[in-house]
Amino acid sequence: MRINVNDKDYTVVVDGNPSLLEVLREQLDLTGTKYGCGEAACGACKVLINGTPTPACITPATVAQSKKVVTIEGLEKEGKLHPVQEVLMEEDVFQCSYCAPGMIITAVALMEKQEALSDSEIVEGMNGNICRCCTYPQIVSALSKLTQKAKAG
Amino acid sequence: MKNERIKQKGEQLSERKLPGKGLSRRSFFKYMGAGIATYFVWTDYLASGVLPKSEGDLLAPDQLSSWIHLSETGQITVFTGKVEVGQNIRTSLTQVVAEELFLPVSSITLVMGDTHRTPYDRGTYGSLTTPQMAPILRKAAANLREILLEQARKEWKIEEVSLTMDQGMVQHPKNGKKLSYGDLAKGKTLLQQMDDNVPTIEPTNWKIAGTSVPKVNGREFITGKHRYVSDMVLPGMLYGKVLRPPVQGSKLRAVKTERAESMAGVQLVREGDFIGVVAQNTRTAAMALASIEADWDSSPQVSRAQLFDHLLSSAEKGNPVSSQVTKAFDESTHKIQHDFEVQYIAHVPLEPRAGLAQWTGNQLEVWTGTQRPFGVQEELERTFDLPGEQIRVYMPDTGSGYGGKHTGEAGIEAARLSKATGKPVKVNWTREEEFKWAYFRPAGLIKVKAAVKGQGIVSWEFHNYNSGGAGIDLPYLGTNKHQEYHRSDTPLRQGSYRALASTANIFAIESTVNDLARKIEADPLQFRLDNLDNDRLEAVINAAAGDFDWNRAKAGPNHGFGMACGAVKGGFVATFAEISVDRESRELKIIKAITAFECGAIINPRHLESQVTGCVLQGLGGALFESVDFKDGDISNAFLSSYRVPRFKDVPDMKVILLDRKDLPSSGAGEAPIVCIAPAIRNAIDDAVGVKINRLPMLPSGIVPEG
Ligand code: FES
Ligand code: FES
Repeated sequence: MRINVNDKDYTVVVDGNPSLLEVLREQLDLTGTKYGCGEAACGACKVLINGTPTPACITPATVAQSKKVVTIEGLEKEGKLHPVQEVLMEEDVFQCSYCAPGMIITAVALMEKQEALSDSEIVEGMNGNICRCCTYPQIVSALSKLTQKAKAG
Repeated sequence: MKNERIKQKGEQLSERKLPGKGLSRRSFFKYMGAGIATYFVWTDYLASGVLPKSEGDLLAPDQLSSWIHLSETGQITVFTGKVEVGQNIRTSLTQVVAEELFLPVSSITLVMGDTHRTPYDRGTYGSLTTPQMAPILRKAAANLREILLEQARKEWKIEEVSLTMDQGMVQHPKNGKKLSYGDLAKGKTLLQQMDDNVPTIEPTNWKIAGTSVPKVNGREFITGKHRYVSDMVLPGMLYGKVLRPPVQGSKLRAVKTERAESMAGVQLVREGDFIGVVAQNTRTAAMALASIEADWDSSPQVSRAQLFDHLLSSAEKGNPVSSQVTKAFDESTHKIQHDFEVQYIAHVPLEPRAGLAQWTGNQLEVWTGTQRPFGVQEELERTFDLPGEQIRVYMPDTGSGYGGKHTGEAGIEAARLSKATGKPVKVNWTREEEFKWAYFRPAGLIKVKAAVKGQGIVSWEFHNYNSGGAGIDLPYLGTNKHQEYHRSDTPLRQGSYRALASTANIFAIESTVNDLARKIEADPLQFRLDNLDNDRLEAVINAAAGDFDWNRAKAGPNHGFGMACGAVKGGFVATFAEISVDRESRELKIIKAITAFECGAIINPRHLESQVTGCVLQGLGGALFESVDFKDGDISNAFLSSYRVPRFKDVPDMKVILLDRKDLPSSGAGEAPIVCIAPAIRNAIDDAVGVKINRLPMLPSGIVPEG
């Protein structure tokens, strides 16, 4: 099966109906997308499929056929971080950072959907992602800064 | 980092001839390359109290314990057996070294937790890195600085003592000439033992330490490039899975493995009761595992419903309680008797256990996320009856631990599967495996009897069954105290957890003391201050109380204020909480939580604040809703959909106040701030609606019971 990930076309094997998470990690060696629960409960495995944040752990790889998948590895363009990555890095929010890829993917989609977000909209939009180190307040305040910037122009 | 690590497998381990527990002085430069280095040995380390004597005795006294090496190209490498699990010590340790050497943090590399390259270390836990490793690295760096200055004087044949150093250069006092650190190290093999009396830079003059230096390898993580063990790949690597019983404590009676064995690309491994499969990918391995038909023996076991009776009845006999304690209690008119129940909770590190192993002849390499790489090396020594020199354990920065990764299960399983199949094998545990087969924070029953007379505590009898002795000492003045931890039989596998039993003990202490104060109609804040003789604890209480504005009027009848304080491992913490209980639904709302924390001189304010925030919020989970449910050896909520952890929506309006005591040595902060949130909320609920909730978690359903 052909699959497009981060603007590149790949041929992958889908015998036995693997999850998109397994195909990304084990066939394409894109290990930035993490496993945390396998049941769409933690958000560590989120990727964008045609722009929609999707838990790759419960998504069969075949779902991504002829669609565009973006993973954490695809956000940095020519050495330039995505603004979401940039602000989270500037604000230095993470501890172990294992949740970071899923958080970033979710936030990228959230920010793209709507530029000016209130803190409670950020909380609502991010609630599916777990950070066991509990860096939640730092994530909210960093994303809030980004929306302020977006609003300011 | 990852590629470098993976490439290392190509190196010949046998060339190294390194002792298993660190590096000996003689082999140093052969191993490190020319340059200048300072080191300290076991005896220095022992003096700091970091190891129990018995463990230190196992090691040769001249064995290096940690060191800093300056290469001919000016690269500084620090070797420490400590590991990074998200507490950001890679950054804070880099900062203290950079400070003493007048270098930017970017010119320093830390090699951590690699049993063949870093000196032996017992493990990264107990908040010991900051108070014990940081000062010793600071001194080692200061020594290196002194050596460099000495070398520069020699080079320039001058006597002046005050040479300036900046950004890796030493400057000539007169002619403006400069020598780089690398120039000074050229062609040298200078190795000096640390001089304990070397002057270090005063915290009040810190320029790099004491500032919010960002996570040193932060970009690697934010771009998804960092390879956690679960992400690592070796050429020809296979994915492994291990057969586990349906419930704890069951024994394999019979097993049929034919179907798995006949599957294409699957290899079955059986060594007694250890049964595993390996395959080209996780899915095939999982299918092969599922096709194994196993028959298990199981026997009745203690379930959650009987937990506390069991902990009490199986407890070892304690010491007699003196008659003064009981007499003072009996004679008092103001007394309290409570039983506190504390459930097992799970660490739930977001990265479940992972291990990758590879054999080259009889040399074994294991990559695993553990807080004790040298402990895992020892476990592997025992498993394979191999000398430590033949086992190298690597610990790449890992997806958190919280005290839950002291062991090496996944690494050992990978090593067994790899040995049997002759291929590198990776074993990534599933979330369910992590819940069921790791270990838990101990459950506990705490029985307290306490009495006051006038404004003081006159009897204090405190028994902790099973959860542990940490934090058991009453921080308040008082007479007739009996405080005891009783070991019991634990139905579930239990182990270390952030702050150990301090969370349980301080919950019981701070709840009881609050109730005593209310019993005599004293203000709980004032009662505590009157009965404390601890400046640092009082300082955090006052800081939080001031910000909280403790004496203000409450917003309504079902609103309550609560507080708690505690001193744990050199950290001093106070949390104040404002809550309300909905009159109709009885739902709890945390309106505000303010925590003040002090742990000496602050090395990195932003990371410290993050640790405190993380502790308070993780503590909120254990306070309100986290608990492990089990019946007859089965963990019935072994998923993130059934075991609730704090999420974005659970975060209350919160504030962290940090007190910076530059006059005091720095302590760790990954544990202490977790202890106060539960009793602060418990006391606030009592204040609001007069209901005393003496169990953890307090409100699994979110509803405050009627009084
Ligand atoms: S791993 Fe997919 S949501 Fe947790
Ligand atoms: S930083 Fe550790 S899980 Fe988020």
